[in-house]
Amino acid sequence: MINAYLRADGRKGIRNTIVVAYLVECAHHVSREIYYPFRVQGAHLIGFPGCFPNAYSHKMMERLCTHPNVGGALLVSLGCEGFNKGKLQETIRKSGRPVKLIEIQGTGGTRKTIAEGKAWIEQTLEQLEDTPRTPMSVDELVVGTICGGSDATSGLTANPAMGRAFDFLVEKNATCIFEETGELIGMEHWMAKRAENPELGEEIVKTVAKAAKYYAAYGHASIGPGNADGGLTTIEEKSLGAYAKSGQSMISGIIKPGDVPIRGGLYLLDVVPDGEPRFGFPNINDNAEIAELMACGSHLSLFSTGRGSVVGSAIAPVIKVCANPHTYKRMSDDMDVDAGRMLEGRATLDEVGREIYDLIIRVANGEQTKSEELGHQEFILTYKSFEPIGPACFPSAA
Amino acid sequence: MNEIATSTDTRVMVLAPGDNVAIAKSDIASGTTLSVKGQSVTLKTRVEVGHKFAFKKVAKGTKLVKYGAPIGVATQDIAPGDYMHIHNITSDYIPTYTLDEGHQFFKEH
Repeated sequence: MINAYLRADGRKGIRNTIVVAYLVECAHHVSREIYYPFRVQGAHLIGFPGCFPNAYSHKMMERLCTHPNVGGALLVSLGCEGFNKGKLQETIRKSGRPVKLIEIQGTGGTRKTIAEGKAWIEQTLEQLEDTPRTPMSVDELVVGTICGGSDATSGLTANPAMGRAFDFLVEKNATCIFEETGELIGMEHWMAKRAENPELGEEIVKTVAKAAKYYAAYGHASIGPGNADGGLTTIEEKSLGAYAKSGQSMISGIIKPGDVPIRGGLYLLDVVPDGEPRFGFPNINDNAEIAELMACGSHLSLFSTGRGSVVGSAIAPVIKVCANPHTYKRMSDDMDVDAGRMLEGRATLDEVGREIYDLIIRVANGEQTKSEELGHQEFILTYKSFEPIGPACFPSAA
Repeated sequence: MNEIATSTDTRVMVLAPGDNVAIAKSDIASGTTLSVKGQSVTLKTRVEVGHKFAFKKVAKGTKLVKYGAPIGVATQDIAPGDYMHIHNITSDYIPTYTLDEGHQFFKEH
């Protein structure tokens, strides 16, 4: 059983954070100055850099500011940007979380806004100490998975081991989300066979075809020079490894960023925008994907790496599973799990899968991950556009 | 599976029965002779952990299969013991981008 934080809207969180959110890049510096002295006490910085409004980024900010791990939000506006700050503030207020909106122009500039923001954070952090605690069972947990800095060992050790942990979670009816359809190219027909029904299987194939078209329009796949140095030859080979993160369970549905599954099971998160390719690459880096997993309700993320990624995240803890035994030796300070020992015959897939599962429960109960201890709080959000999911994407909701 | 287990060197994996790529489980030096699925193979280069090499002849145009899944196609004839990577395999979907200035990505920009 997990000892969770109970929010006024009934959602249960595993961390008690307060977010400082800039609503345009022009408010970024002021927001950073406000949050930074309080970062160890649970203040996290998120934001959206664009000046022009966008439905996707608005929905993302609403979901993130009312995430179960978030207990309150300070919105920092320059004053003249296009973000619909009133609507965001109202959504947070309705969720029962303390919220404050400050406009730098109206407040009188940088110094006054920083002082006012810090005073509010100080007072709200005190208030958050009284957040009620509540028991939370594994079936209420939402866990996302991502791989970053992959190499040829990722698909042999860390990804299948995280897939085993997903199987253990899905057995207990937790919600598990895997993603990046651009890194599932080549796997679509295998995945379709695991769909809850044939209609969902067809949607999976279409979703991956959309990703392949999108990436082709930008001239290269979601495979970088470091992946190739690490022995991954083609996007199909990278996909084969990435796909192993999903484990063996039945796929219960396809979701898009900001959709929170209403019941447990395994979900594919479609991160590639709908319509003609625009706004650049679907996800410009790993943290853009983590932000989307969080917007779908992920309390924490499993992150596999072969080359050695060091990132964590604002809002939701990141558990780093290292695939490559050489990388683990070099960067063990950043790694929570040494999955590369499977290659050396020092552990089995089931053993590492169980170790990851047990660690998830401990982290949900407050144990700090390596990236949390090191202060990592990466965050990024950019422009996208999506159509809502169709009924075939979510069979059990019908 | 027993056949694979008994005739393949412990430093090597062939993930599924129909695969035509072998995988190094640790860094293996150039010139090392290994038994892979009962065949004796001598590595022509060093092969690092997780990387691939051929253990039988693969003709140009043949699909490469790893863990039962097609991962690309051979762009030239590949001999047993040859390292297998971007110099002799290409994607069936989108070419792999490297920091090589001859790459299509640089030509387009």
